[in-house]
Order: sequence, then structure tokens, then C-alpha cells
Amino acid sequence: MGRVAIIGVGQSQFVRSYPGAIRELVFEGFKESVTDAGITSKDIDASVVCSAPEYDKQRSPAGVFAEYLGLNPQPTFYTETLCSSSSTGLKLAYSLVKSGLHDVVAVIGFQKMSEISSSESQERMGRGADIQWESPFGTMMPAYYAMFAQAHMDRYETTPEDLALIRVKASTYGQLNDRAVYRKAVTADMFADSDHIMSNAVSSPLRVGDCCANADGSSCILVASEEKAKAFCKKPIWIKGIGAASASVNMSGRDIFTGLSAAREAADQAYKMAGVSPDDIDVAEVHDCFTIAELMAYENLGFAEPGKGCELIRNKETYKEGRIPINVDGGLLSKGHPIGATGGSQIRTIVLQLRDEAGDIQVRDPQIGLVHNIGGVGLYGNVTILGRE
Amino acid sequence: MGKREIDDRFKKFGTVSFTATTKVNDFIDHLENDRVSGTRCKSCGQVYFPPRADCHACLSSDMEWFDIDGSGKLMTFSNLGFAPVGFQEDVPYRIAVLDYGEFKVFGRIASDMADTDIQIGMEMKTIVNRLADDRLNFVFEKV
Repeated sequence: MGRVAIIGVGQSQFVRSYPGAIRELVFEGFKESVTDAGITSKDIDASVVCSAPEYDKQRSPAGVFAEYLGLNPQPTFYTETLCSSSSTGLKLAYSLVKSGLHDVVAVIGFQKMSEISSSESQERMGRGADIQWESPFGTMMPAYYAMFAQAHMDRYETTPEDLALIRVKASTYGQLNDRAVYRKAVTADMFADSDHIMSNAVSSPLRVGDCCANADGSSCILVASEEKAKAFCKKPIWIKGIGAASASVNMSGRDIFTGLSAAREAADQAYKMAGVSPDDIDVAEVHDCFTIAELMAYENLGFAEPGKGCELIRNKETYKEGRIPINVDGGLLSKGHPIGATGGSQIRTIVLQLRDEAGDIQVRDPQIGLVHNIGGVGLYGNVTILGRE
Repeated sequence: MGKREIDDRFKKFGTVSFTATTKVNDFIDHLENDRVSGTRCKSCGQVYFPPRADCHACLSSDMEWFDIDGSGKLMTFSNLGFAPVGFQEDVPYRIAVLDYGEFKVFGRIASDMADTDIQIGMEMKTIVNRLADDRLNFVFEKV
């Protein structure tokens, strides 16, 4: 059985409030990906649609999109793992192609979060946790991740200032990303200024500046067999390793609060499958829904020893010119986080990097890239390793 | 517990409950009697908190209740500065996890504890907390 490649990538502008229907939003990412690949809808054998359904008024959006995108009568499937839905979609597409069932599969991620209010959205996201035993206490995503930040700071030398540095890095690159929601500069001084909104407490020790914003957006990744990839594409990017894992939804089932066990497990799987180690990774996208999430990713992916993630950001080793450039597209913190579209956007960034087509944020001659995409509070961990060869 | 057509006791759990019916509804009766309880599998001895009706270790559904007593170690916590829909009147409040060794408990820290008294690693106990409108949850307080 041959290798599996990514032959086209696309994403919409990520915005606070998309002024159109979900099918139109999805069209934007899809159009860019098929244009990028130089193919048409007729060349696509199947599609996997990825989102968190609690935001959608439309039941079963996959069927609606298949018609709108000209993908009838090909089959379409729907998948969901909260914020990592489109990484899960990539894994399904890989499996469909690798098995020989299909030759070209579109992984379509989307979310239109703006149809409900921010607090309603927080409540829905909180329900991505254990609704029977945790939600009755009034939970939300920032509070869960804040518990990890609290534990990390208690056990290691990590400080709120380290977390602020991660947001400062994100904004450095977010300013260069014309698809990002948040494109203003963020400085450490803003976190230090008690009158500045960035320093406002959300859930201790996390502050406004530590949190990514909701967004509307879509992404599309075209996955193809080796034969089709070589026929269609001058620069196929190969899927070398793909890991996925799960962990207890209830925090009472977690053994540690200084990292995400599902991320570690997924990383181990992906490294093993790809036959590479953390030192071989030239550029990475990690799931920075909160600054602490990026810091934990440094450690869970093996870029830093446990407890030493803070040194990477203090020494700017995760900047574009650093030892391991991470989230040089601005990350979720700048781009915004349209749940189902996020993984696809991360994959798109790494594919563009590996093709040397990343423009202002291009890392020098990367051969191997990594995508770390988390669903819920480490409920689902997904790590994908991509390469030029 | 009197007979009811629908046993929806669980809707009394917490500030807002998202669940009404569950096979472990006796948990609510126990709260009303000042007991916070988990379940233990009578077949293989596996201990569960939160309580479960079914054992994933041996697939038995023959469970018995046990009360949480003694103290657990505070693993982590966070103080919420704002809250999701339905919880705004509770702000500020703190969520936390206690480690009892054989099991862990997720809940809130008692609202009358000062922030300065809370340290990761401290010993705390789990007690029943009565809310408005006959609602119930449990909170952690200093031993």
C-alpha cells in the first residue's frame, strides 16, 4: 500500500462574525484547497465534515455541504472530537485512502460560533466536559485549563509572566497573518498593567490575554493516494505519522495536572509511526487555546523536559528563528478558534511551511513538521507529523 | 424514597443540573442525609467516584455505596472570575480536585475559605453543601 499525501490546503478568513450561511463559509476554505491542488469537485471521491454540532442549527451539515460544493453523489461523513475535529477528520481520510476505499478525500472543518452569545458559547464549551458530575459546579474551558496552569506553577518555576510571553509571541506572528481575527500587538507590559484588559482575571491564574477568542471559520485539507498525489501535485506533503488518544472526561480521572496525558500518548504514537524524534521536528503548530496549553505542549511533545517549557519561551527558542519554531502563524491566540476548522488551519500552516510557501512566516528549509491539536481539556489528543519526503 | 413515575432526583444536583435521570440517583438522597458517596463494585472491588452503576473492569452492575470520609490532598484549583450562563450569581467561586488515593473528587472549594488559606497539597475534606431551592452539591473545606 502506497503513501498518503496532502495535495491541497485552504482556509477562510477567520472572523468574529461571518456574514453568511455555513455552506458559504465552508465554500471559502474548500475553494482555496481545490484551487491549490488544481483539481475539481469531480476529482474528490469522498468528504469528511468536521465540527462541534452544538453550534449548528443545521442538522447533519455534511449532506448540505456535499450538495453546495458539488460533491454529490460521492459519500460524505461527519466526525466530531470537539476542538480537534478536523485532525480526527484527517485521520479518517488517511484511513480511507490507505485502505484503498477512496483515492482523494476532502477534510472539511468549519464552525460558525457567532450565532450564540459568548457566555452561551462558554456554557456549551463547558458541556464538552462531564455534564453529569462537573457542569453542575459551573465549569468552563478557561477554568479547567487554569487548574492545569495552577498546578504547573505550583510544581515548577512557571510564572504568569511566562504565559504572557507566549501571548506576546503569538501576537508577533498574528500581526503578519491576514487570516487572523486578532492582529494587534500584545506586550508583556499590557499583562503587567492592572488597568489593561489583557490583565483582567478570567479564572486564576489565567487572564484575558491568556485566552484565545471564539471565531467563525472554515478549513479544507485534500488527502490523496500516492498515485493521485504524484499525478495532481508538484509538492505533495506526506503524512508520516498520525497519533490519536483519549483521556478521562472528568478531572477526577486524571493523574496529573501539569500536562495532558492524551497529548503525550498521541505524540508517542505519531513519532513511532513516523520513525522520528522531537529533535527531528523543524516547525510545529500546537493547540494554544490558552497560553498554558502551548507551554504544556512543549513538554508533552518532548521539545522540553517536564517543567522546562518556560525556558523555551524565555529564550525565544519557539520563535521563527529559534530551535523549534512553534505557532509562527499566530496560533489560536491570534487566529481565533473556530472549533471544527482549527485543526485544518494548523495543518494548512505546516503544509505551506514544508512547501516553502509560508511567506513572511517561512521557517528556513523545514523538512518535517508537526501538528498538535487537542479536543476539550485534553479529552482528545491528536498529533500529526508531515514531511517533504 | 417514595415511588415516582420518573425518578428525576438528579436534577437537584448543583446550581444547574444537566442530567435528571441516572441509575445512581441515590447519590442525591445520600447528599440529603449529609453523605457524599461513591460506588464500589461488589464483584471485583473497583472503587468509583463519581459513582457509577456499571463496572468497566469486570462489567458487573452489582455495586454498593461507600461514604467519602477522611481527607484528600488538594491537587489543583482555580478561582473563576466570570461564569457560564446560569452560574453568574455564584461568582466568584473555586473549582478544585482532591486526591483521596483510591479515587479523586472534582468539586468546589467552600466559599467561606479565604484565597490565602488555599495551598496545593493541603488536606481537605468533602462536605455536603445546601443551595437555594433545596438544591445540593458538595464542597471542600480545610481539615
